[in-house]
Amino acid sequence: MSIFGKIITAVKGGAREAGEAIVDANGIRIFEQEIHEAKDQIAKAKQNLTKVMAEKMKCDRQITQLTGETAKYEEHAMAALNKGNEALAVEVAEKIANLEHELNIQTNAKTTFATQIDSLKGMIRQAEEKIRSHERELAMIKTTENVQRATQSISNDYSGGLSKMVNARGSLERIKAKQQARADQMIAQGELNDEMGDSSLDAKLKAAGIGETNSAASDVLSKLRAKAGQK
Amino acid sequence: MTEQLSAILQNLDKLDLEGAHGISLSSRVLGGETPVAEVLVEGREEIPLYITITDTQLLCICYIASESEVNPEKRSEMMQTMLEVNVPMPLSSFAKINDRYAIFGALSLQSSVEDIALELAYLSDNSLDAIDALDEFLV
Repeated sequence: MSIFGKIITAVKGGAREAGEAIVDANGIRIFEQEIHEAKDQIAKAKQNLTKVMAEKMKCDRQITQLTGETAKYEEHAMAALNKGNEALAVEVAEKIANLEHELNIQTNAKTTFATQIDSLKGMIRQAEEKIRSHERELAMIKTTENVQRATQSISNDYSGGLSKMVNARGSLERIKAKQQARADQMIAQGELNDEMGDSSLDAKLKAAGIGETNSAASDVLSKLRAKAGQK
Repeated sequence: MTEQLSAILQNLDKLDLEGAHGISLSSRVLGGETPVAEVLVEGREEIPLYITITDTQLLCICYIASESEVNPEKRSEMMQTMLEVNVPMPLSSFAKINDRYAIFGALSLQSSVEDIALELAYLSDNSLDAIDALDEFLV
């Protein structure tokens, strides 16, 4: 069964309680072991790949060299034939035959190395696929278990916000009420600021003797004196 | 993991969230077998956000309602609605954990603290919107 399938079965089947594993500890160990082994395989395959690629490069160089030499001796053999030196031409032909034999060996070796390179690259790709798939599955298992345990931690924390969350609607209403209260407060603050602003302007006007002014004690006294003088 | 969580919370503390997202957070790490950070958004303390770290990702979860709050007759219609609005909902997805409906966002462990802050801001906004929108399905 796929890991997704196992998780679905576990969730349906009441492995909901925290601590109950989706895949037992042994299963997880096997997964982790396989990932570890696949990584080892990749490391070894990469080492071999480097060696084989180096061998193939060596072959390539030798093939180039042998091909060049063969061409050169073919020219020499032609020259010898043209000069009528049959014996020398035969000697050169033997040299060419040796070169061709060596070239054949190197070409075969190159083919073998190329096949080995393909197979090693295939192995690495397969191992990498296995790692990716196992790591993804492990992540699913571990995330499911982590969320279950985290939920348990949250539920166990009685001083936490979740325990105060009576119900969705009630919580939302309280938040909205708080937002409204804050908005009202800001409006009230604004109004208050306006009023304060006005009164400070009034104060300035008063100080400048403009608008409503308080009668100073001296004014009252002089009025009283004037009254007393009239009598 | 507790250290990782604490480091994230400390980095979140250093950000100007008020300026960037208009929110102010308070947070703490809850103990237990798997450490979880509880993040409270100022003014929205009733609907806390939770951060937990797994081997591969960072999960931000917000529980929106429990099964008992759902009108049984409208349950399947609610789920249909959740699936339909799952893609349009920015950064968060609907989920169910045990008997609670939740919305959550998953982030890479390499996420920057700014990404985490944005995730939390969206998660909080989405949760309020979601409860508001799902109200008709609740008892």
